Amino acid sequence: MTAITLAKGITLGLRAAMEADPKVIIMGEDVGKLGGVFRVTDGLQKDFGEDRVIDTPLAESGIIGTAVGLAMRGYRPVCEIQFDGFVYPAYDQIVSQVAKFHFRSHGRITMPIVIRIPFGGGIGAVEHHSESPEAYFAHTAGLKVVACSNPVDAYWMIQQAIVADDPIVFFEPKRRYWEKGELDEQVEPDPLFSSRVVRKGSDATVLAYGPMVKTALQAAAAAEVEGQQLEVIDLRTLSPLDMAPVHESARKTGRVVVVHEAPGNLGLGAEIAARVSEECFYSLEAPVLRVAGFDTPYPPSRIEEEYLPDLDRVLDAVDRSLAY
Amino acid sequence: MVGTVVLTLCHRSQLMHRTQAPQARPEIEEEKTSTATGKHDDSPHHTRGASRSATHRTGAGDPGSLAVRELLVISAGSGAAANASSGFGPGLKEVFGPAVEGTGPELIQLLTPEGERVEHPEFAFDEDDETIKSFYRDLVMTRRIDTEATALQRQGELGIWASLLGQEAAQIGSGRAMREQDFAFPTYREHGVAWCRGIDPLHLLGLFRGVDQGGWDPLADKFNLYTIVIGAQTLHATGYAMGLQRDGLIGTGDPDRDTAVIGYFGDGATSQGDVNEAFIWASVFNAPVVFFCQNNQWAISEPIERQSKIPLYQRALGFGFPGLRVDGNDVLAVYAVTKAALQRAREGSGPTFVEAYTYRMGAHTTSDDPTRYRVIDELEHWKLKDPIERVKAYLSRGGVADDAYYAEIEAEGDEMAARLRKGCLELPDPSPLDIFDQVYEEQTPELVAQREQFASYLASFEGGQS
Repeated sequence: MTAITLAKGITLGLRAAMEADPKVIIMGEDVGKLGGVFRVTDGLQKDFGEDRVIDTPLAESGIIGTAVGLAMRGYRPVCEIQFDGFVYPAYDQIVSQVAKFHFRSHGRITMPIVIRIPFGGGIGAVEHHSESPEAYFAHTAGLKVVACSNPVDAYWMIQQAIVADDPIVFFEPKRRYWEKGELDEQVEPDPLFSSRVVRKGSDATVLAYGPMVKTALQAAAAAEVEGQQLEVIDLRTLSPLDMAPVHESARKTGRVVVVHEAPGNLGLGAEIAARVSEECFYSLEAPVLRVAGFDTPYPPSRIEEEYLPDLDRVLDAVDRSLAY
Repeated sequence: MVGTVVLTLCHRSQLMHRTQAPQARPEIEEEKTSTATGKHDDSPHHTRGASRSATHRTGAGDPGSLAVRELLVISAGSGAAANASSGFGPGLKEVFGPAVEGTGPELIQLLTPEGERVEHPEFAFDEDDETIKSFYRDLVMTRRIDTEATALQRQGELGIWASLLGQEAAQIGSGRAMREQDFAFPTYREHGVAWCRGIDPLHLLGLFRGVDQGGWDPLADKFNLYTIVIGAQTLHATGYAMGLQRDGLIGTGDPDRDTAVIGYFGDGATSQGDVNEAFIWASVFNAPVVFFCQNNQWAISEPIERQSKIPLYQRALGFGFPGLRVDGNDVLAVYAVTKAALQRAREGSGPTFVEAYTYRMGAHTTSDDPTRYRVIDELEHWKLKDPIERVKAYLSRGGVADDAYYAEIEAEGDEMAARLRKGCLELPDPSPLDIFDQVYEEQTPELVAQREQFASYLASFEGGQS
């Protein structure tokens, strides 16, 4: 058992992946000597060299576009986008090229590319450093999208993503980077594309991913004091969605609340609500409710705590669900 | 302030008149005069120091003053060839020459439009006449593919076709310059390069018919699938080249091992961020890639003047690697230059920008109507530089080939065209259910479910698929 932070979990996972496969390379801005602005790639260039840990020019489209060519040459690039709001210059390469190559080539060309994106708010940052753009990518066929929420998942999920032969957008909850967990390598990890019940309960189901898992768990702890048992599910995979545990829980509790930082409009919550209503209609005691960021640009950081879903807003939604 | 506004709006002749007015500073007057006579002048008047002292003499050192603003406007004005520096360096034309004229001494040519071989101090065509004969065949066959595909589109058998008419030499010259192990990243118009890589033209028709996105095997054929998004493939080419570096396939001296990449794009693409990023990547990583730009003068309706104020090949130097302008309608020159650039890459000397100066003789695609934006005289002018006619003239003049040879190629083309026509009509439509199987390498339960639902739905119709 080792105590590690979430950031360290990814660092260790990257290191393990690079040791296991010489075709794994890391590309990004400041990922080399500096070790990344969050130090996630700390020490990797020193140990694996500049050919495998590449400090790239400052152009996100270039990072992803050249990763495509490297993937065609048999490499497995792990690209770091420095902040969520900086991914858009690479959006065309991700959506029109990375996501399409397998389809376009009838599977002759695979794109085993991992695009790591620190996402979400809560760190008092300036504009473009606190966004949650996961829905853009989950909406795109050809991409897979996952989000880790804790150090142990971070360690395993990054390795599983690198081994996978499809392109994966890997979201890391930047405000949880420094939170600690106990890593026991003897414990078999869950499959990458699976959701997991992280707290059992019977009164309502709360779904979350990334940074909101902790918030959902805090809400469940507070609800218990008030006599309500909330079941919390860490979605972990956003595309494909693993709906089986969600449906099972929805049938048990009859009440579902989805929580994410991203704006509610056409977010993951909307898709999940639709699927739950399609599959669990007769089990539902209340409509699926969403607790999400508002449909505004991410606000200046002095008021981000108001913008971000927190324990109280989750419980408010749970109360509304229970009151139906 | 008012003076500045007037200057920016007035015509160049008015500008000159103004600068020649009695109150104008003599330095500017001299510069305008030298421009008017078309001379490039190395006199001290054009140095930075001279201009600065001029500014001081007139007591116009304040950047906000009218005098300095006039200088800035002159220096930056699109029509102003003046090299009035004022600290901003020389004028564009003085450094780069005219942006659009492709017939200057910088144009590398080895075969004139009349079919005469000419010497170039740096580049030579070092293959024999039999090779030129084979070039002729490739050129004619490529044009035949294009003609047949255009006809098929007109008859409703293709959804659209992007003609390469006029660009055959640029494509055959560069395509033939590749070695077997080299890798090409095409746009959607590289039918001639595809031909050189041994791609069955039927695959090209399939893409434009809409049965697939190009059915060839890009990794085995060393010819990527067509990229429709303008310029995106230049980054893929650069990344692939970086992979070659890591695989130790550069600079070993083994001609069968050392490998280069060639990325194709057009004049319009040079405005794309991706292309500029590819230049930067290739430059700083010294990637073994040749950037092969077919400047066909038009990006659909937009002329080259809308993409660049300087000759395209001149941009390369700013990125840190050499740029060359070759007569894109001269298959010998294109071959020689591309071959040298590819070899440079293979040896580990880094990227090269090759601007093949050519002309899109047809429409952008079969959906386009060039009569709306360009004059017919332009086409007539370029017809005189036809890439095939000059090769034929050379072969005929030297007795290398005769009418029997041309007839033989013609017959081969007809035979191929008939095969393509028949094959195109027989191309099977894909099954609607196939699309679910090609999205991912590891299939998702979601798509399996969607496929099953759709299959049941289709099967619910009489005679439906299941």
